[in-house]
Amino acid sequence: MQSLGIDVLLKGSNFLRLLTGLWTAVRISLISVAISIALGILAGMLMTSKSTLVKVLMRVYLEIVRIMPQMVLLFIVYFGTTRVFGLNLEAETAAIIVFTFWGTAEMGDLVRGALISIPRIQYESAAALGMSETAAFRYVILPQTVRRLIPLSINLITRMIKTTSLVMMIGIVEVLKVGQQIIEANRKTSPNAAFGVFAVVFLMYFLICWPVSRLAARLEKRWA
Amino acid sequence: MDMSVINSYIPLYRDALLLTLRIGWQGVFWAFIIGLGCTLIRQLRIPVLRGVVTVYVELLRNTPLLVQLFFLYFALPKIGIRISAEVCGSLGLGLLGGAYMAETFRSGLDNIAPVQEESALSLGMSRYQTLRYVIFPQAASASMAGILANVIFLLKETSVFSVISLMDLMFTAKDLIGMYAKTIECLTLLVMFYLIMLLPVSLLGTVLERRLRFAEFGN
Repeated sequence: MQSLGIDVLLKGSNFLRLLTGLWTAVRISLISVAISIALGILAGMLMTSKSTLVKVLMRVYLEIVRIMPQMVLLFIVYFGTTRVFGLNLEAETAAIIVFTFWGTAEMGDLVRGALISIPRIQYESAAALGMSETAAFRYVILPQTVRRLIPLSINLITRMIKTTSLVMMIGIVEVLKVGQQIIEANRKTSPNAAFGVFAVVFLMYFLICWPVSRLAARLEKRWA
Repeated sequence: MDMSVINSYIPLYRDALLLTLRIGWQGVFWAFIIGLGCTLIRQLRIPVLRGVVTVYVELLRNTPLLVQLFFLYFALPKIGIRISAEVCGSLGLGLLGGAYMAETFRSGLDNIAPVQEESALSLGMSRYQTLRYVIFPQAASASMAGILANVIFLLKETSVFSVISLMDLMFTAKDLIGMYAKTIECLTLLVMFYLIMLLPVSLLGTVLERRLRFAEFGN
């Protein structure tokens, strides 16, 4: 039985390089998620707006994001902008733009869902108790909305991390790319390294996403 | 934008679309079968297999399809398991989708109040009748939105197939851009073909969701 690549990972700084690649992907997703959550709250409020025009526009935006694969959006922003505007976007900037564009729509939809899930009677009771509109929002609606939103936003983080694996397609050196480089470099001495390296990459993603989605599930159960 | 370029590219994109659709729907089909199997195992509380289902669902739901495909296509041959790119695509999609479907079916079933089952049984319905006439229709209507969201998600995920050198839409676009540098034409066609593929599913989803909402009662 030939070695399956675990030794290759232990050689030199290979494992550290993989972790650095992983951090690149995670960093992009954390930045995108942070911006998405902020913009998404705004988008969610717009989605529940009373103006039909705003609602339709937001609906179209959401549909575009829902239908277009993130990879297509990445290609459009990364290759398209260079072509049309002569802009030379850094790959990482392009990735953050795309994931934020996507995340904002998803977060907006979550915020919209949370806002409309608050029964009307909550607003009416608050008004009947003599609360002003701001007070009702601050003390009655907001706490309930936030409770519903936190598990869902945490889930968005794992989805974002999983989606950022796509950035290797626009030439960002993240964990899969590093894995490929390691495999190539050791082709002669360890031809079966692909197994160990990709198994480890698989586990790395799992070890990051799993605890986060467990946390989301637990919070959802507790606050339901 | 050069129309003659677009015209000459259309056949290539059409072939890519057909390939994407073929593998995509195969994947969705397997996702249903695997999802149903997992749900059955969970509902019947089969020991051991139940644990396997939990591990499978958690593993597949918490890793990207891209990484899963790399594992199936580049890692498995090293331990002697060789799978063709096409099978890899539909298998990978089916495995990923199966995990998502299992979760969707479960949440559909969880939505049904226990009193529904108890009432049906106390009315003298058999276990099968309860399942067939009481539980299933409600669960199906409750999960419909989730199921369709999964189908769209899976068809979208096909866009990563190019990494295992399947000539899908993404591959074709990337290839053509690389060869002839007609970036704008290629990207426009790419968007159009994804719209052709996914817009009908999305519209169908909206219609079905409205029509099936009638079954929402009791909660």
